[in-house]
Amino acid sequence: MAEGSLITDELRKLIGVPSEAIVFKVEEGAIQRYVQAIGDPSPLYNDPDFASKTKHRRLVAPPGFTGWPVKAGRPTEKLFESLVKAGAPPRILDGGVELEFIEPIGAGDVLTATPRIASISERETRLGRTMFTTAEIAFVNQNGNEVLKSRSTLIQF
Amino acid sequence: MPKQVCCEDVEVGTEITPLAKIATTRMLVRWAGASGDFNPLHYEDDFAKAMGVGAPIVHGALKRAWLGQLMTDWIGEEGKLKKLSCQYRGMDYPRKMKTIDEPRDGETWWCKGKVTRKYEDDGEHLVECEIWVENGNGDRTTPGSALVVLPTRMGK
Repeated sequence: MAEGSLITDELRKLIGVPSEAIVFKVEEGAIQRYVQAIGDPSPLYNDPDFASKTKHRRLVAPPGFTGWPVKAGRPTEKLFESLVKAGAPPRILDGGVELEFIEPIGAGDVLTATPRIASISERETRLGRTMFTTAEIAFVNQNGNEVLKSRSTLIQF
Repeated sequence: MPKQVCCEDVEVGTEITPLAKIATTRMLVRWAGASGDFNPLHYEDDFAKAMGVGAPIVHGALKRAWLGQLMTDWIGEEGKLKKLSCQYRGMDYPRKMKTIDEPRDGETWWCKGKVTRKYEDDGEHLVECEIWVENGNGDRTTPGSALVVLPTRMGK
């Protein structure tokens, strides 16, 4: 461990190890509340009757919506907890995200998400010594198909 | 329904139809509930100050969701969003409320974008876009990119 480095040996051990799988339920009401919060009026997300008559045949989840975690909690919060436990700085900002949409997600789906820390780096920023963690999450639906991949950056300082 | 955009309609440099958003404290509360992100950074003054951001800030994921809407509005029913990414570079501060449902005067955010590349791969007509959220001063607080598939006029 370099002098002044934020990346402890405990943190290094977390890299690449999958954490506990998170189970999400994609519910109609949850989709509706989510798009109402964004202010997206598309009937594909808001109106189950309309959506059921389209090729989607059910209410569609908007990009990035994966439902509500019913087992094991919110992915970023869980990751953050494990990072802090391993010695990472306690203040956190969301650095950004990259989403790859593989198959549609809609009401009634049950998704299993497996988070994994892909990499940890650090550098000096205007926040001081700052740690950057890239977390990858693969989402698989009830049919065993991978539907979404996400890659998030957590900033800790 | 607006006219379906097809790959023949776009070139490098084509602008994506901009989308206006007004972040308010009320919207942030709603987003917290809908997304499950209850970090006090987004609703508690003292906590936000202690975190070094001055005042409660707009959730990055809410801005990402706006960019999702920017793209899905633009590509229409026949388009397909394959990738979306963004970086939360700058802080945005929501407007406070004047009445129970009316915000105070203040800035309006614009989600914008333009086509940066157009190509074919495996029979799909792909379009890459540079996208961003800009604040009332025109600063791009949330730059990102998107990859979409557009239909063709021939229906292929």
